[in-house]
Formats: sequence, C-alpha cells, structure tokens
Amino acid sequence: MDNFRKMWTELGMDLELHDQLIQDMSSLHKKTHLSQQNRPKTMDRFDRSFHSSHSGRVAEILEFRKNGGKMIGTFCIFVPDEIALAAGVLPLPLCGGSGWAVSYADKLFPRDICPLIRSTFGMALSKTCPYASLEDFAVGETTCDAKKKTWDLLGMKVMEVPQRRNEADRNLWLEEVYRFKGMVEELSGITVTADGLLETIKLVNQKRSALQQIDEFRKLDAPPISGLDALLVAQVSMNQDIHAFIKDTQALIEELQERVDKGISAYSEQGKKILLAGSPSPMGYAKVHHIVENSGLQIVADESCTGLRYFRDLVNEDLNDLDEMMKAVADRYFGIDCACFSPNSERIENIQKLIKDYNVKGVVQSILQYCHTYNVEAKIVEKSLKKIGIPSIKIVTDYSQEDIGQIRTRIEAFAELLMD
Amino acid sequence: MNSFVGIDLGSRTTEIIQIVDRKVQHSEIFETGHDPLPRVKESLTRFENSLVVATGYGRHLVSANVGAHRVTEIKACAKGTHHLFPSCRTVLDMGGQDSKLIFMDDKGTVVDFEMNDRCAAGTGKFLEFMAQTFSMDIEKFIQTALAASDYVTISSMCTVFAESEVISLITSGKSKEEIALGLHVSIATRLHAMIAKIPLEEDFLFVGGGAKNDCLHALLEDKLRRTIKRPEEPQMVVALGAALIASTY
Repeated sequence: MDNFRKMWTELGMDLELHDQLIQDMSSLHKKTHLSQQNRPKTMDRFDRSFHSSHSGRVAEILEFRKNGGKMIGTFCIFVPDEIALAAGVLPLPLCGGSGWAVSYADKLFPRDICPLIRSTFGMALSKTCPYASLEDFAVGETTCDAKKKTWDLLGMKVMEVPQRRNEADRNLWLEEVYRFKGMVEELSGITVTADGLLETIKLVNQKRSALQQIDEFRKLDAPPISGLDALLVAQVSMNQDIHAFIKDTQALIEELQERVDKGISAYSEQGKKILLAGSPSPMGYAKVHHIVENSGLQIVADESCTGLRYFRDLVNEDLNDLDEMMKAVADRYFGIDCACFSPNSERIENIQKLIKDYNVKGVVQSILQYCHTYNVEAKIVEKSLKKIGIPSIKIVTDYSQEDIGQIRTRIEAFAELLMD
Repeated sequence: MNSFVGIDLGSRTTEIIQIVDRKVQHSEIFETGHDPLPRVKESLTRFENSLVVATGYGRHLVSANVGAHRVTEIKACAKGTHHLFPSCRTVLDMGGQDSKLIFMDDKGTVVDFEMNDRCAAGTGKFLEFMAQTFSMDIEKFIQTALAASDYVTISSMCTVFAESEVISLITSGKSKEEIALGLHVSIATRLHAMIAKIPLEEDFLFVGGGAKNDCLHALLEDKLRRTIKRPEEPQMVVALGAALIASTY
C-alpha cells in the first residue's frame, strides 16, 4: 500500500479524501457482494480487480505510459474500443459509481443532473480519481444533454452519436467513427491497419463472448452466479486489462460449469426471475441489484449499459479490407439500443426477447435520477410489458443510501405480488 | 394455534393487534420513537403461543429480534382492507413517511401499487412539520384548516421549501386558517395526482394516520367527486392485515 500512496501523491491526488473514498467503496462492497452466500470462489479475482482499480491497475497504466503508451478516458459504450486499441491507445471508461464523490461535483456542476456525471467529476474535482491526470484526452459523446454540456464545460473531444436510425444517421455515425480513428492515430502516431484492426476486433469480440458465456448460465433454472456478481464482472470488464480479464473469465466459466454439474445455485432459495432494465450501474454502484436480490428475487438478465447492452452484439469478423472493417465496427455500435434514440423500438423488441430467453417473470426498471431518456422511456417499456402480462416496477434513485428503506418496501411488495 | 398477532412498526406509530377466531381480541398503538423494540417485546409477552407477523418500516428489525414472519405493509394493508370492506378494490394508505395507493383483486391480493419515493411531500410528516411552524399540534392544525373560508395556494411541495413559503405568507399577513387550508389543499392535490393516474374501482378506502384528518378527507372527496370510506380505526388496518396473514401460515 505504501508504494501506492507514493504513486497517488505523485499523481497529485488528495490522499486523505482518497482514503475516505476507498473506505466507502470497500465497506459498500463488503455489505453487498461479500455478504452473499454461495458465491463462486473465482469471484475472488473480480473482487481483487475491483479493489485494485485505484491501485494495481493504475500502476499498470503508469508503466504502460512510461513505455510510450497512450490512454484516453471514455464515458459511454458508444466509443469503439477496437479502433483505439488498433492505434495502440488504451480506452478506459471513467464513469463514477461512488456516492461518496457526488457532492464534490458542486464546485462546477448543478445539483440537478444525474449522479453518474456528478460522481465522475466529483472524483476528478476532489482529486480522488487516479486516472484524471493519466489520460491523454477524454472523449465524450452526445447521448444526453447534461453530458453534452459537460464536455463543452471541460473542453473535451466529442463523438456525435445520432439520435435517429435513418440512412443519413448511419452515414453520420460512420464518419464519426472515422474521425475517432483520426483522433487516436494522431495521439499515438500509429496508423490503424486492416490487420491490426481485425486483430483488435477479434480481441474485443473475445471479451464480449466471455461475458455472453457467463450470461448463458443465468438462463438455467438454478443460476450458478448471482445478478450482483454478474454486474461486478461487467463493471470490472471495463477497467481491467483486457487479456487478464479474459483469462479470469475463463476460470469463472469453468467454475460455473462445475457448479451447474453439481447443481450448486448462487441463490439459497427459489425466487422469481427478474430482468433489470434502465440506466447503467458504474463500478461502485450496485444499490438496486443488492436490494432486489435481498428480497427473494433473482436478477438473471440486465439489459443496461453495464449489462447486455455492452456485450450483446459482436462485430462481424468476416471482413476483407479496412473500409469494410470500419463499417462493421460502426454498424455494431449503431445497433446499441440506447434511450437517446427516437424512436427506440429496438430496445422494446430486445426486452421482449430477453423475457422469453431468460424466462423472466418480472422487470425492475432501475433509473438514475435525472436520467430523462430512460425515465420517460420507462413508460413505453411498462406499456409493452403489460401487453404480455409481465409485471414491472420503476425505481428512480441515485447513489445515496437515504431511500433504501422505501425502495426495499417497494421491491419486497413487488416480490410478494409476483409470488401471490 | 388460534391466536395470531400482527405488528405494524411504522415510522411514526406502532400498532399491535391480536386476533382469535378472526375476531380482534386486543389492539394497542404507541409512538415508535427511537427504540421501539423493548416495548414491542413487552407487548408480545402477553400473547403466548401466537403466530406473529411483522410489517411496516421496522418489519426487518422485529422479525430479526422476535422471530416473527415478515410481510410488507402493502400486502398487509390490502388484506386488512379486504377483511373490513370485501367490496373494496383500491385503498389509499397515508402514513408518516410515505403514501401508498394499492389495488387488489376480489381476494384482497395486491395486483398493483403506487408509492411515493424518498421525499416527505404527500405524507403525514409533511403536515406535522407544517403544524410545528405554527406551534400547533396536528389536531389543532386540522381544526384551523377546517375553520378557513378561503385558502392560499402553496406552490412548493418540498417540506423544506414549503416551510419557507409558509413563513413568507405569514409575514405577508395571510391568516393561519388560509395557510393551513392551503397546505391541506396542496397535499390533497398531490395525492389526487397519484390516484388520478389509474381508473378507480367503485369502492375506495382511505386508511392510515392520514385518514383521521377530516380536512384532507373532505378535500379528497371533493377532488375525486365521490365518497371515500374510512374505517373506524384507520391506523389499525395494516396491523390487522398482518394478523390475518399470520392466520394463513
């Protein structure tokens, strides 16, 4: 730890505040993830990766940068990893999930914007984000109004994510993906080649496939991994070194298969299967997952950006030249069913499919406060679920702990409604 | 076993009911306070050989400490309501820290519900806070509102902001009656908005501590243009439901 303290000081961080942040994150992790019975042993590795996200992982990236490596910060799953990686640039999602950090955003940001933005920049402003001084630049995107103006305020680079699904939008997005390629090439001085891009397409697909394989186990009658742990795996996948992550998932997949063979479930009781839908849960935030799974319900699918939306679709690998590859990458990301699209019927169709595939009996829509797109779209989701007789409940909340009692009552009553 | 006990440990008050042969044998109510467990345990000593179901905000605390079963106040409220008014399909439960609208089927099973989130607007606590601003207890405050011939519009629903608004109304010379009624109207408007989301079934019941508020009851009847039934003891419905659920285990 002493080595890390030296590193944090050199990174210009506020050690005292950072200790508070780490303590807060660790005690929450203990209360939520570590209090689960029947966890797969391999989850240890993901716990360690979670804990090292501000220590060991930062040291790795420092080393990478010492050897000339470049790193960019990202805040959305629309920013194409494979293109950055093909230019030798490490893309690192920096969305904050810490409730502790939220109030530190007050210096620069209004109070009535979402906790995700406030937590992210609360960490930067309180000098508790080790990545703030590590990134060469950050790339924002246009998925919501608060984010757009945040990028303006901070003078960041921006990729324009179209909000409709017409041909013109598709073309605009392809142009943006090319422009992003230019940004990362300029940063690293490395030109993206067809061979290089095909390699990183396959690598990132491999990571997505691993996450998909873990998800497949959750379709079983007795899932060997909890929704809370599957969330942790997805959260870690956005921070850990991609090769190390793939290795850890292989170990987890093996253990999950063994557990299935032996009939070991992650849940000690029978419970109704739930789809979690809505806003993302960045690393450090698992409040709704925790309450839901402590109310006798099982989250067997999560369609959010920290769930299937992140890894459901692969990039086509049957490609001949660089332009085809760029188009394949752009197409894959253009298919992300984010609520910033109008209309977004793809998301409704995807949810209906998940309900069948995962044998889901109820849906919990977990919405971050001030996340207007998912909050309003929740009504469209609810209506579509009513038509097929699937009960749902919407929880609008933030990273704080003050409303846990009320949320627990609502979720437990929802569980009773599903049982009766 | 034919003795069944329901404990509703709420944010403001705790209610305990014992039923024997589906008839209420004993009922009590006390302020929850900061340490309700000793009182709950003491009360329970009188019900030997009883099956106990805990509900309300403190249901986890009670079940962990006295070995009771546990249900949410939403399920318990529906059961209690159904027992008292079998034809009722919708019930509004206004408690200390939240308000709930519950829909049930012809067996008293919950089919859907609405509940306010973290904020105190639309709850009993809101009116208690406002009464304090006038240095009145809640009973006096309700009577003051009922004595008003007109009301001022209170635009803020946030407890903290509403208090500032009330203070500026007082300093601008508005009467306490007008302001007290205005605060009741703002609560009724908020509750009405929650109720108006869904088509109402014919029989509609108002329970919880809030149902004892005659001013609020009258305002709601006015807004909904219909009569709203209230049980004799609106605060006991949830505990009754819990006791009835105990009898089904």
